Amino acid sequence: MSLLDQPSQTLSESGGITGRQAWGLVGLLAAAVVAWLVFAVWPDWLNAILISKKAFVSAILNGITLAGLYFLVASGFTLIFGLMRNVNLAHGSLYLLGAYIGYEVTNRTGYWLLGVAAGFAVLAIVGVVMQVFVFRPLEGDDLRQTLVSIGISIVAADLMLAVWAGGTYQITTPEWLDGALTLPVITAVRSNGASVFLTYPLYRVVVLAAAIVIGVGLWLMLHKTRVGMMIRAGVDDRAMLQASGVNVHAVFAIVFAVGAGLAGFAGVVGGSALSVAPGEDVRYLLASLVVVIVGGMGSITGAAIGALLIGLAEQIGLVYFPTYGIVLTFVIMVVTLAVRPQGIMGKAR
Amino acid sequence: MSLAIPATSATPQQNWLEKLGAGHIILAVALVLYPLVASDFFLTQIGGYSLIFGMLGLSLMLLAGYGGMVSLAQITVAGIAAYAIAILGNNNSSILGLGWPWWLAVPFAVLAAALASALIGWISVRTEGIYTIMITLAIATATFYFAQQNYAIFNGHSGYAGIRAPVFWSVNWRDPRPFYYLCLGLAALSYAAVLYGSRSTFGMTLQAIRDNPRRMRALGYHVTAHKVFAWLLAGVIAGLAGVLLVWFNGRVSPGTIGVDAAIDVLIIAVIGGLRHPIGPFLGAVVVVLMQTFAIDIVGAERFNTLIGMVFLVIVFVSPDGILGLWGRIKPHLAQESLRPGP
Repeated sequence: MSLLDQPSQTLSESGGITGRQAWGLVGLLAAAVVAWLVFAVWPDWLNAILISKKAFVSAILNGITLAGLYFLVASGFTLIFGLMRNVNLAHGSLYLLGAYIGYEVTNRTGYWLLGVAAGFAVLAIVGVVMQVFVFRPLEGDDLRQTLVSIGISIVAADLMLAVWAGGTYQITTPEWLDGALTLPVITAVRSNGASVFLTYPLYRVVVLAAAIVIGVGLWLMLHKTRVGMMIRAGVDDRAMLQASGVNVHAVFAIVFAVGAGLAGFAGVVGGSALSVAPGEDVRYLLASLVVVIVGGMGSITGAAIGALLIGLAEQIGLVYFPTYGIVLTFVIMVVTLAVRPQGIMGKAR
Repeated sequence: MSLAIPATSATPQQNWLEKLGAGHIILAVALVLYPLVASDFFLTQIGGYSLIFGMLGLSLMLLAGYGGMVSLAQITVAGIAAYAIAILGNNNSSILGLGWPWWLAVPFAVLAAALASALIGWISVRTEGIYTIMITLAIATATFYFAQQNYAIFNGHSGYAGIRAPVFWSVNWRDPRPFYYLCLGLAALSYAAVLYGSRSTFGMTLQAIRDNPRRMRALGYHVTAHKVFAWLLAGVIAGLAGVLLVWFNGRVSPGTIGVDAAIDVLIIAVIGGLRHPIGPFLGAVVVVLMQTFAIDIVGAERFNTLIGMVFLVIVFVSPDGILGLWGRIKPHLAQESLRPGP
């Protein structure tokens, strides 16, 4: 945290609470309200306002699990941007390509996990190739890198259309991931006094768990390992890092591999939960853009917060005001920009 | 952002002929006489379409070239004008269609587009460089999804059809030749306005802000206001293009303002070159010709790959597009390659 955080510190000197404490309090209050909404048995008037408890809790759960998926896509995007200042607008294409590869491998071998691994590995290699042959020659030229990545996304979308046509594919998940989980959440009480518990697809919970594991892993890698230290040093001062004897190009290649691989991984995981079709590349590019704009560029924590906000807004919007759901995410973006142009966790540059 | 553009300041005390430049006069004569040799297909599908997309590219060039703000939302602004024409005027989608006459609907549509553009600008000028691209892309995509989902105002996925160019002054502006001249007239007007505006006090200030916002702020200029005003002006041009576009297509749907279309505008401006207002028109002609005839070269549906490849090659070889290529080749043609470059 830099000098720019000073203004919030001065609040404590004047006897009030710090900005961080205030936000913590707000967060705690919101968590308490949500916890009550989830675990309490709803009175009738609340059911009347929010359609039904089942719809509400499902929207929340769907929002959180979708946020997991968005986080996987956006964390790769923000990782690549954070170090290389490289807006890779072909990131959505990486997602879609990963999904198609996952579909092919799963379909041919019959092993879903093999499909997931292939999605990660192939896209990691594609990422390194892109970094070395496309983005490295244009190093330091933001605009051209952006334009080139747009060009790549056009060609990639067209070629994927040529290979896989316009149809919709569904990656089949293994049996041990199918089925539903009964959650300790009471949605309603029957007239005979028996409680009805909420069931939720196991797969989506697993996706969320995977996102959390990967998120924590990324955070640990960035903050506790030597490579992470190099990456963070590169974010702040690339020239100095190079001068201290680090092979910056190798670090860049690793970051690009991880970022692109995560996109491919998310593609397979997302393609199993939802579906794979042309146009998904744009959808996930938009999601990563908004998540990263809201959360702050180059920050893993920011990506998590942004993904949670956007995922929840999208799913709650879908249930309560279907037409204007997309506007809700947009409003979140605009409000964030108005209050903190650098994003919630972004550093002012 | 490396979009530095050498300020082309006109030296004073020239007569108007010199000021206009021989190139402009030849081009103007050629464009006015074009209908004499062109078939109806070449007149509208190539000529009119290129001029419309050239105008869209011009509005982007105004922002990117003079203001250093690369926007991907120009087609969104045009789409707002197009939807406004469909909603305020007549359409046969049996929803809305308030039946306003064209002379009332068009100014309102352009005004709506300009205000929307100013709003987009106001949101995005808080950020710089690539951030602007990302935010305008997010706005464009969000608008696309909104138009697709909203049935009350935008008529959802199908949009509006049956929108016609008006008949006035006893000319049917739907016909190829009048429509071409309409496009040419508005494009020429926008082009002249941008050229004139770039040399005005405002244009100079905008370019100075592009080159060094901090210094301009220190000098007492209101940087944000100048940038937002540039967005407003770009919105007028994009709005006019949107009106022409909806008259050209006779319909408007979410597909018109989709991400592909947004990127098309960027491709056009970049392929042509962002250093001079003529660039986007050059790019529009190249892209429209490719879109029309690439099918004969690469077969049915793969022309997006071809266009993407051409775009990639141009971005790699010459950051200033065709104009930049020309600037580089010209000295060689004149056998001046030994002379040190500028």
